[in-house]
Amino acid sequence: MLHRCPRIRRRWALMLLGPLAATAVWADSVRLPAQTPPLYRTECGSCHIAYPPALLPAASWQRLMGSLERHYGTDASLDPAAVQQLSAWLQIHAGSGQRVGPAPVPQDRITRTAWFERKHRALDDSVWRLPSVKSAANCAACHSDAEQGHFDDERLRLPPGLPAHYRHAFLDD
Amino acid sequence: MRTIPTLLTLTLLAAGGAHAADTSPAAELTRFEAETGSTADAARGQRFFTQTHGREWSCASCHGDPPTHNGRHASTGKSIAPLAPAANPQALTERAKVDKWFRRNCGDVLGRACTAAEKADVLAYLIRLRP
Repeated sequence: MLHRCPRIRRRWALMLLGPLAATAVWADSVRLPAQTPPLYRTECGSCHIAYPPALLPAASWQRLMGSLERHYGTDASLDPAAVQQLSAWLQIHAGSGQRVGPAPVPQDRITRTAWFERKHRALDDSVWRLPSVKSAANCAACHSDAEQGHFDDERLRLPPGLPAHYRHAFLDD
Repeated sequence: MRTIPTLLTLTLLAAGGAHAADTSPAAELTRFEAETGSTADAARGQRFFTQTHGREWSCASCHGDPPTHNGRHASTGKSIAPLAPAANPQALTERAKVDKWFRRNCGDVLGRACTAAEKADVLAYLIRLRP
């Protein structure tokens, strides 16, 4: 039951602080869209998890889908029909507003967006390089339900080997 | 009246990317052996799988050595289901996936396409593995 406590606190905060707090909580709720095509999960969720499209702007997705044969050091090429279908879906569900602003994202990497860096500001390279984590791209190392598209703070887990002084980063927002 | 919903369901399944097994590891081995005209060698396949080929990664870098357990992607750390059919009944049961991943991964590991003989050797090695 302990893991439910943050959710309860959040509910009280919502009631007390009203719409402003509701907006803030919504802004951090990262999910895969409800009607995510199975093709996206299979084709874009083999080497890394199927990242929620809202984490990158439309221009980044367009560049990524146009260069899959050179995809961060690997060949991720797909047949043209799959590229077309997934590109169209990504354009519709790409991020906008608070999470991804109008500024270009360096290397079109989710991990280089201002939002990602702010959310993970208490961590550094030594955490990403833990054998249990390996890379900042490995969301599921800490976000236990990332493969299902859930990134709620309630489902965070401490990766094995995490030094004690980083634990506050997982307990605080 | 029942035809339309059935057709609709089938169409949705097809459009949704539902994958069905259309081949088997043994059939894929036979296919590549037929293409190259010689019998595969599992020991040669094991060496091919576990050694690097002038680049940073081997097949085992992501799939593990031996690939009878979950592997981890060499750069992202994501868990990868076992490649050995004895440990993963879904492995090597879709021809399009077999071709797609050989095409991509041979490029990443060797910097070129794999030959049919190399593919046959690797399949012979994978089929022989036991968890």
